[in-house]
Amino acid sequence: MSWEIVIGLETHAQLSTASKIFSGASTAFGAAPNTQASAVDIALPGVLPVLNRGAVERAIRFGLAVGGSINRRSVFARKNYFYPDLPKGYQISQYETPIVKGGTITIDTGHGDKVVRLTRAHLEEDAGKSLHEGLPGTARDVSGIDLNRAGTPLLEIVSEPDMRSAPEAVAYARTLHALVTWIGICDGNMQEGSFRCDANVSVRREGEPLGTRCEIKNLNSFRFLAQAIEFEARRQIELIEEGGTVVQETRLYDPSRDETRSMRSKEDAQDYRYFPDPDLPPLVIDDAWVQRVRNELPELPEAMRTRLVTEHGLTGYDAQQLTSSRALADYYEAACAALPATDAAAHKVVANWVLGEFSAALNRSDIAVADAPVPPARLTELLRRIADGTLSGKMAKDVFDELWSTPKTTVDAIVERRGLRQISDTGAIERLVDDAIAANPAIVAEFRSGKERAFNSLVGQVMKASKGKANPAQVSAILKRKL
Amino acid sequence: MRTIAEIRHALATRAISSIELTEQSLSRVTQSQPALNAFITVDRDGAIAAARAADATLAQGDAPALAGIPIAHKDVLMTAAMRTTCGSRMLADFVAPYDAHVVARLRETHTVLVGKTNMDEFAMGSSSETSHFGAVHNPWDAGRVAGGSSGGSAAAVAAGLVPAATGTDTGGSIRQPAALSGICGLKPTYGLCSRYGLVAFASSLDTPGPFARDAHGCALMLNAMAGHDARDSTSLARPITDYAHGLDARATTRPLAGVRIGLPAEYFGDGIDTHVAQAVTDALAELRKLGAETVDIALPAVRYSIPVYYVIAPAEASSNLARFDGVRYGHRAEQYADLVDMYERTRAEGFGAEVKRRILVGTYVLSHGYYDAYYLKAQRARRLIANDFVRAYAHCDVIAGPTTPTAAFPIGAKADDPVQMYLNDIFTVAANLTGMPAMSIPCGFTPDGLPIGLQLQGNHFDEARLLHVAHRYQQVTDWHLRTPT
Repeated sequence: MSWEIVIGLETHAQLSTASKIFSGASTAFGAAPNTQASAVDIALPGVLPVLNRGAVERAIRFGLAVGGSINRRSVFARKNYFYPDLPKGYQISQYETPIVKGGTITIDTGHGDKVVRLTRAHLEEDAGKSLHEGLPGTARDVSGIDLNRAGTPLLEIVSEPDMRSAPEAVAYARTLHALVTWIGICDGNMQEGSFRCDANVSVRREGEPLGTRCEIKNLNSFRFLAQAIEFEARRQIELIEEGGTVVQETRLYDPSRDETRSMRSKEDAQDYRYFPDPDLPPLVIDDAWVQRVRNELPELPEAMRTRLVTEHGLTGYDAQQLTSSRALADYYEAACAALPATDAAAHKVVANWVLGEFSAALNRSDIAVADAPVPPARLTELLRRIADGTLSGKMAKDVFDELWSTPKTTVDAIVERRGLRQISDTGAIERLVDDAIAANPAIVAEFRSGKERAFNSLVGQVMKASKGKANPAQVSAILKRKL
Repeated sequence: MRTIAEIRHALATRAISSIELTEQSLSRVTQSQPALNAFITVDRDGAIAAARAADATLAQGDAPALAGIPIAHKDVLMTAAMRTTCGSRMLADFVAPYDAHVVARLRETHTVLVGKTNMDEFAMGSSSETSHFGAVHNPWDAGRVAGGSSGGSAAAVAAGLVPAATGTDTGGSIRQPAALSGICGLKPTYGLCSRYGLVAFASSLDTPGPFARDAHGCALMLNAMAGHDARDSTSLARPITDYAHGLDARATTRPLAGVRIGLPAEYFGDGIDTHVAQAVTDALAELRKLGAETVDIALPAVRYSIPVYYVIAPAEASSNLARFDGVRYGHRAEQYADLVDMYERTRAEGFGAEVKRRILVGTYVLSHGYYDAYYLKAQRARRLIANDFVRAYAHCDVIAGPTTPTAAFPIGAKADDPVQMYLNDIFTVAANLTGMPAMSIPCGFTPDGLPIGLQLQGNHFDEARLLHVAHRYQQVTDWHLRTPT
């Protein structure tokens, strides 16, 4: 009997508020250690937490975006444990009553859509950071604590164990990543730790009840997520096949060795002594607040995908690609808005350019859509010149490259300067065709004896003589007629 | 010159300056220190500077009500630039970079901060004996406790070192020492005075409040201390009330006509010292003479107050005190092998026995498998107790009874018996569990000359009524004006 892998993910998305969840200190990344830690973040005696409504609002936005229910009353609890980078000796988190319950994420598995159920999403604060090596000015074996990150708002999003392979888990994580950045609640920066996953992995023979799971902590790239799950599933299967049993434990993935290692077992799991935080009254959210957030919610990727297929006439694949990020989707929409025609063919051309030349250029330059040197209106300019016959597709690609490298120029300026204007004058093309027929009697003879390929060769000769500027469609038509 | 009203009059008429008052206060503090040990820190320079500033304000006229009056803060309230020890070795040298909200409010009204008063370590105790800085002694009998945990503040006011002081009340820590020291102490409604800058013992119970010789003085102090503070999420936004307003009105013959005083059978049962019972009975007769009506009420769930309190308070304390880990501030052990060893030694050295006991109890009642049986059940019982009071206030306006079962006990008498010590709070803890206001006022003496306290409890935000009843009582009695020799 074959093995089935069962995966659930817990994702920590850092909420994009300017200040921390319970203090006014900045959340900006990369400041000098402990310069963004207020009295509350350091947990001086006598200080108290005050909830950041911006964090709550982002959690509501998420709950609505995934179709979950917003608990009108949720409770912050204290999770008690000692660690040097946990200043209060407890983390404030939501335990029994989270702000968001339920909801779903629809993923594209490559062979159809799949709905992954969400268990919950809750608000909590991040801890600080321990630095165990490379502290400046310390000769001895000294650890340092940086509390800049302490109190950073997090939304922990917990899925049901609905995924059955590493690629499905990655598809879920990517879709979730696209969603949280799409709705503007998280910057999605994985290097800086703004979006990180813990994977719960178990295996079972098909049809059997769920196996014992292991939790793999802190996976901060999609590649590591996939590798960690692959390794862990293999480890568990081998263990069981050799007669062993999986022990519930927390494991760490080591990318340099591509393996997971035991961190702590269930037996030495800490007793966190959760209890409601008496410093924070229950979080009460009224209908008006939920309604306002709902009204401000942008069109969601799924809805936009459907619209691009039904209204723009795009393929499901193109729609999926275009909605992989809010920035790309916005770019596409802005380019379409400047378009004179609104038929499917025109949209298809925009989609092809955005997903083709434009995306390729982004990748080559390794920059974000927002930093692209070719704004959407300029791309539309280019597409207009294709539509009106000024530029051939090939010529347009050259112009695009120049627009990319010389951002201030316009399409028409490049066309003018490089003399790229396409030759559409019938008389001029007829002369070029006549010349080609006269100069290549052998090829003409071949064509007439039935060799279709000889025709393309003659078109090529005409295009070459025009330095690529002749309108290829016209060339083809005139040549056919003359022959 | 004993009450704040008298001192204000003297300041306003230039019969005395704030500097003179402050000098008097400072020298009394110094003289009393060997006998009473009421203070942990005295700030002579700061006090003189504040008095000078207050005199300048007073000279301009239109000064705030408490301008120029020397006060002291319980050493659990943060004061910028003056150490705040919480009576613990853990924070023996800790100086906060900020004032507690109530400290800032009292600074703004130009009071003169003389120093910080001694207390049970981290406010855990009913006798002010658990302080790292030694026990506080009762001004009426130096062999006895001044009550706790705010014993230093109570003793300081009782001995006339300062006319007013702040305290904090988690289970009776203002009212019980007020009763044992023969002064007035008010625990306001939870949320009326901000907890910002109050070093947390039990967050859902901790309440800052004032001590003064009389109700009028408490009202003036409360005026300065109360008010919304955005830094405390449990602080309540309420319309500003002048608690002294109405107290100055001319007394009629029956000023308490229409006031219904509830007498719960549970507060007049066994275990109450006969002298205490007699003094309370006499006080009730006096209140009836002033026009009040007394009605019998029942608070059946109140008998669970002590066990409920001693589950909830330690639970919260065990978490609140986790931050004292030696990592960022406060005491850290000198020698340690590794991180866990550093935690263990730091906390073993930094905390005293009572604090450790409560951390252990609190950790236990929150732990997996015991949470439901202890913490959750205690929270349910807490609601039952609150329901009792809500029902009672449908039939009465004020609930009266003794503040404590006995007058001040000898130092050391209960130090080795925590349960006996805990039972001292039997009448006071309910007000903390319900968040309702309560105060203790002097109502007599034992034959040994030890003060006895009458507790007046009220419904949420009914401080003005409590102060009114207390004030009218004090207009026809003089217990509050008696001073120890």
